[in-house]
This record gives sequence, C-alpha cells and structure tokens, in this order.
Amino acid sequence: MNFFLQLVVTGFALGMIYALIAIGFVIILKCSEAFNIAQGHFVLIGGYLGYTFLVTFGLPVWATLLLAILTAIIMGLLIERLILRPLVGQPVLAVIMVTIALATVLGGLATLIWGAEYKAYHGLLPTINLQIGSISVPSESLIGLIVSIVTVAILMLFLRYTKIGLAMRATAEDLQVVQSVGIKATTVYAVSWVIASIVGVIGGILLGGVSGANMELAEIGLKAFAVVLLGGVNSIGGAIVAGIILGMLENVAAGYLDPLLPGGGLAKVFPFIVMIIVLIFRPYGLFGLVRIERI
Amino acid sequence: MGSHFGAVQESYAQDLAIFRTKLHWGALFAFLLFLFTCPLFFSDRMLTIMTMIGIAVISVHGLNILTGYCGQISIGHAGFMAVGGYASAILCAKLGFPFWIALPCGALTAGIAGLIFGLPSLKIKGFYLIMATIAAQFIIIWTIIQLRSITGGPDGLSVPKPAIGSIVLSSKANYFYLVMAFTCLATLLAKNIVRTRTGRAFIAIRDNDLAAEVMGISLWSYKLQAFFIGCVYAGVAGSLLIHYYSFASIDQFPFMDSVWYLGMLIVGGMGSTTGAIMGAVALRLLDEFITMVGPVLSAAVAPQAAASLALISHGLVIIIFLIFEPRGLHHRWEMIKAYFRLWPFSHEE
Repeated sequence: MNFFLQLVVTGFALGMIYALIAIGFVIILKCSEAFNIAQGHFVLIGGYLGYTFLVTFGLPVWATLLLAILTAIIMGLLIERLILRPLVGQPVLAVIMVTIALATVLGGLATLIWGAEYKAYHGLLPTINLQIGSISVPSESLIGLIVSIVTVAILMLFLRYTKIGLAMRATAEDLQVVQSVGIKATTVYAVSWVIASIVGVIGGILLGGVSGANMELAEIGLKAFAVVLLGGVNSIGGAIVAGIILGMLENVAAGYLDPLLPGGGLAKVFPFIVMIIVLIFRPYGLFGLVRIERI
Repeated sequence: MGSHFGAVQESYAQDLAIFRTKLHWGALFAFLLFLFTCPLFFSDRMLTIMTMIGIAVISVHGLNILTGYCGQISIGHAGFMAVGGYASAILCAKLGFPFWIALPCGALTAGIAGLIFGLPSLKIKGFYLIMATIAAQFIIIWTIIQLRSITGGPDGLSVPKPAIGSIVLSSKANYFYLVMAFTCLATLLAKNIVRTRTGRAFIAIRDNDLAAEVMGISLWSYKLQAFFIGCVYAGVAGSLLIHYYSFASIDQFPFMDSVWYLGMLIVGGMGSTTGAIMGAVALRLLDEFITMVGPVLSAAVAPQAAASLALISHGLVIIIFLIFEPRGLHHRWEMIKAYFRLWPFSHEE
C-alpha cells in the first residue's frame, strides 16, 4: 500500500509538469488552430538552458528562471514570425509538418550547442523535504509541483484579467469577430507562441532538475500529446486533469508492470496506448469540444 | 483545317495512355536501359545509394497513395515498414521460407497492420489521425522489442542472403537489379492505382470526405483500402531493406524516418506519382551529401556538427518547401515544362 501511495504521489507531481507542458500546446491550438509538435523540443531547450545558466554560468535559481524565460520569449517570437506566420491559412498538414520540421531543427541546434550529451544538474534547485505519514515526497517532485501550480495560476489570471489575455480567449472563440473589433490576430498568435515556449522551457528546467538534461527530454512532448488528447485538445482544464491522471497511471503501471515485462520501458510506450484507446473510443477527449460537421 | 502541331490524340485510349508519344517511349527505353546497365559502370557505393533510393521510392509511393491521394496523413510509415520487414525476416530466418514467398507475406502482414491502425481513421482525421499513426510507430517498435524470442528484440535478427531459385543475391549488383525491378513495378502500379475507380474515390475523400460519402463512396471501405495499399508498399520496402542488410534491427526503422518519408512527399509534391519519385531521390541525395560533408564539418567545427547538420538541414528543407514551394518539385517541373513548351514565343499563333 505504501509503495502504491508513493507511486501515486510522485505520479501526481510528474503529471502536473505534463499538464504544464500540455497547456502550452492547448493555448497555441486554441488561438491559432496550429498543432505544435515542437512543444517537446521547447522542453528540451529548457532543460539545456537550465544547465547552461545554473552550471556553466553559475547563476542563482531566480536569475536562471528569468533568463530562461527571456530566451523563451525571443525564441517564441522568432518562431512565430519566421515560420508560422507565412503559413497562416494553409491546410492542417502543412502547419503540422512545419512544426515537426521545427522540432527537428531545434533538436539539431541543441545537438550543436550542447553536444547531445547528458548534463546533470540535480541538487542545484532548492530542496524541501516533506513527510506525509509514511510517504516521503521527493524534493524535486515537490518543487515541480509548486512551480507548475504557480505558473498555471499566473497563466489563468493572465487569460482572465489582462487585455491581451482576453483577446486570446476571444480569438479562440471566433477569429472573424475578433478581427472586426480591431484586435490584431497576429499579436495574439505571437503571444500564444511565446506562452507555449515559456511553459515548455520552465517544464524543461523542472524535469532537468529531476533527471538531468538529455535528448530524451523531447519525448516528454509526446506524453504531452497523450495528455492533450485525453483532456480534449481545446480545454486547458482538461489538460490539467488529464496530465495528473496520466502521470499517476504511468507511474503506477510502470512501478508494477516493469518488473514483469522483459524489456521494461512500459513508461515509454504507455502514453501511446492511452492515445490509441482515447482516439478509438472518445476522440474528443474528456472535456474537448465535439465538432459537428455539416455540408 | 490547319496543320496540327505537337501530340494529337485521336482516341480516348491514346489520350489516357501514360506514354503517349514516340518521344515518351524513347525516353522510357533509354531510362530503363540506363537503369539496368548501371552495375556495369557504377561503383558499389553508387549502387548502394541507388538501391536505397529505390527502396525509399517504393515506400514513398505507398505513403503517397495513403496521404497524397486519400488524405489520410500517416507519420508511422517506418513502423509499417518494420512490420513488413520483420515478418519476412522471421519467415526466412526461423521458418526457412524462400525469399520470394517471404516478401509478399511480409507485405501482406504490413497491410494487415495498416488495416488495424487505420481503424481509428474511420472516426478521426487531421491531427488526431497523425497522433494515432505516431502511436502506431511507437507501439509497433515496442512490440518488436517485447517479442524477443521471435524477433531478437534489441539484438536484431540475422537473415540468410535472399535467393531466387538457385541464384543467391549476394552481390550489390544482383540486389540492385531486384530493387530496381520492384521499384519500376511499384511505380507502374502506383500510377495506375490512382487512375482507377478506387483512386478517384481516394481523391474524392481527400478533397471533401463528407461530399464523397454523400456521392455514395463508402468511406469505411476506401479509407481502409488506402491504408492497406499504402502499408503493403511499406511492407515491400521494409522487406527489401532488411534483406539488403541480411539483418533485421529496430534501428533501421526510427521514428524520424517516418517524418522523413512525409518530408520526401512534401518536397516532391503530394498527390503525384512523379513527385513521390522526385522527392525520394532529392532527399536521399541530400542525405548522401550530408554524409559526405559531415566528417569534414565535424573535423572543422565540433564533433557533434555532423549529427546536428543532418537534423537542421532535414528540418530546414521541409520548412523552406512548405513556405516557398508548397506544391513541391513536381509542380515546379510542370511550370518549367509549360514555360518551355512555347519558348521562345509566349503565345500560340
């Protein structure tokens, strides 16, 4: 029972990071109807940025976060302006392929700059020890949980109370109406990419703090897709709930089944099995908008 | 009655023929002659490159029918190639089947795998389908690793040299002939499949699936047919790849290859058999160029420069084509042909 609870607790914290990353995906999708396959590579860049600022430059944690966010803003703006803007209004395959290609380029840049090596920096993030009954919560998980919750809260407030946040929600509802009242859609697109890259980079630093930065961080993006599909592609709340569900399920399944399977690695394929099941039985996810098509 | 210039078709049969004029036939024979005499004057390295191009062309033809014509986007093509390749490898290595039976069996197995993973396409499309096919890729590779007793898992599986009758295809030239024969056959079939009733149904589904269904095209049947045909092509390509190396390994079917096949289709031009060939040839040649330049760059800049150059150039090529030439090389080729048809006079009479 203890083992089970331990798995659930660490799974919950992991799931919150998944949710954070998935939110970036959902925001882009809601605002500009672009599916961002490169979300996982934002995480990868974030993981390595954390290494550069914390270890190579030896900066404190707050400065690392600030600089990483600054880098993410520049990255998001550049990507939107140079790659996504020319493809506005193109078929869905073109947009998806361009983000896949973007993912490849980001992976290549990470290889060029950091040499695709394993860079460990755990222990550099602050530590908090928490003991609930007989379960000890790992410090990294707790930090991840707290940062994720704070980021999501800030994002929610941003979307609810700022002018540009409201414009983004309006764009998600109806692009034409938004344009007719004088809101620039391109600004909204740019901001949505900036937000996606910020949450990706923050997620990358958190995960890097747990397991170190290496090329496998990009695979988190694939887990984020499973989260997004389970929650419904256009629901932020759905992404949070689904992230937590998937994180816990994955941890529990891997904890119990990995010793039984010869090759192990169930955690790696688990999100895809969830994905296929969701796609077959409930293609619009738990909280997604069911699209009704008429001719 | 003015005199006629250029090609004049006098019957529907002539108009529909793939090779309409004497020039077409001449070009075809010259090309085939060149292709099948290649081993006489090309080095083994060139033959290897051309064999790889041939295998890529077969695979991309399948993807073109599935994605370019029927509009069902698949980023799991390397996974289906793995199914076909492993099925035929297991039949050859464990059950002692001859190569020429194992290959079609492998292709059929890949087709059936395609049917299974194509089932979600009946309910979903666009991004959701892409996710389902990406999932297919990872689940297939994971299953191959798990079935260690049959597939060899991560260690791979060595396969006897392919033989047809008493001829063992051990030299590069032998295998080159085999692959080229398959490539020509696959091209001819691909070109003709899309000209049949089935092919026209695919195009109707791609252009507007609801309208197609209203017209009486069974989405259920035709989408699955597209998956089956596309994956049979992938299976043939996968089999050829594994038998070329005489070794089956999951490293031959990475996820990035699936993306890369779709990239070939985009660079070549979707929904065009010629485009599929152009894309496969162009990107394979780019790959070879990177393999050549890579070590030089690694020595000059940094050890990881070669790997990153491969990734960055792959990505950039796809991005540049999507932004500046979304209809691909084939479309550009048609434009050039149209320009020179009346050159240097820009108008007819």
